[in-house]
Amino acid sequence: MKQFSNRYIFIFATVMVAIVALILSAAALLLQPLQQKNAEIEKKRNILASVGVEATEETAENLYDQFITGSFAINSEAERVEGADPFYVDVRKEQKKPLEEQVFPIFEASLEDGSKSYIMPLEGKGLWGPIYGYISIKEDMRTISGVTFDHKSETPGLGAEINEGWFEAQFVDKKLFEDEEFVSILVQKGGAGEDDPHAVDAISGGTITSKALESMLYNCLVNYVEFLKKNSQ
Amino acid sequence: MSTEKEREPLFSAKNLKLLREPLGENNPITVQVLGICSALAVTAKLKPSVVMAISVVVVLSVSNVIVSLFRKSVPPRIRIIFQLVVIAMMVILVDQVLKAFAFEVSKQLSVFVGLIITNCIIMGRLEGFAMANKPWESFLDGVGNAAGYGLILIIVGFFREFLGSGTVFGYPVIDKIGLYNIGYENNGFMILPPMALVTVGIIIWIQRSRNRNLVDKS
Repeated sequence: MKQFSNRYIFIFATVMVAIVALILSAAALLLQPLQQKNAEIEKKRNILASVGVEATEETAENLYDQFITGSFAINSEAERVEGADPFYVDVRKEQKKPLEEQVFPIFEASLEDGSKSYIMPLEGKGLWGPIYGYISIKEDMRTISGVTFDHKSETPGLGAEINEGWFEAQFVDKKLFEDEEFVSILVQKGGAGEDDPHAVDAISGGTITSKALESMLYNCLVNYVEFLKKNSQ
Repeated sequence: MSTEKEREPLFSAKNLKLLREPLGENNPITVQVLGICSALAVTAKLKPSVVMAISVVVVLSVSNVIVSLFRKSVPPRIRIIFQLVVIAMMVILVDQVLKAFAFEVSKQLSVFVGLIITNCIIMGRLEGFAMANKPWESFLDGVGNAAGYGLILIIVGFFREFLGSGTVFGYPVIDKIGLYNIGYENNGFMILPPMALVTVGIIIWIQRSRNRNLVDKS
């Protein structure tokens, strides 16, 4: 076998690493704008889905501009905060800050039938990884008009069902408040009563994901309770 | 083998064998039983299986060529590191390109694209073939082996999606035929990873019963 000096090995390794680093950073820089665009389109599609507007990759931008008429952020006291663009607020990062420093984005949607909805992002921990979604609330600030969920790595066929239409459809017209008290939505194992305004059916075989979703709803929405109460009167 | 310097045609019988063998009698999954874990993970649907297959073809063929080009200048003592760096670079590139141009699919494949790095087929081919052969042969070997891997992925993906979700490429075949109306139900079991193992097992069984040479003598 050919012998290589230590010097050669060092030089070879250094040059190799430098070249690879160059190629990778060039690729990352070139592709970054496209990737960010994709992530934004994905977010817009999800926001639109929560008010029942189906958008494709191509139509998302236009539909978003058409239906989402405003956005703002509030703090935990339900006062509006200026500054950061609500669209770019990273909810997962916000949740790690102390409560007083967190901001909570809200998107306003004006639909074709003239009704208005308020859309809030949701962010939580599932069984295997993060789960997230958007919830839209009608003008009365009490009734859900739609939800959309997604997940990173829940079990296919079980917990992963949270992003299926049948599961999300259950949330429509459920109430977040019992009189003036915030009760959120319960995800009930064994099935929720048909006329129960505060509960939906859990996914059989996906109990942990269902429970995680329930606490995600509560933990995220509890920060909006002040805002919802204030604006309903 | 003769030592004459005559140039070999690009697709000589020997070279074609490099392409063909891994598809059948020397398939990396069913015969060498390598790369099983990713075969289990991504095959719940057909589309990710196909994208995964294409990604592995790209990664393996290009890495094979790169390693083969440098096979004489790589110090043997750091050759494994060199191979790993090449694979890792290719995988990151593929991942970035997917994120930019096929976002939906890259979301479905999520972590598994990154895990191509750990796919033992790839390192096996680099170390076992590209380090000792010319670039063109290495390229064919890479395409052949990755295609053999991809072929099994696609077969498994087809059956799992068809039996588990009743669709093919997302198209609701069973619904269209109307089987649901006579009481047919999707087998949710097929979507879970263990059934991929069983499916691969069945493929191995069929292959070995047709080709007795593959059966272990012991």
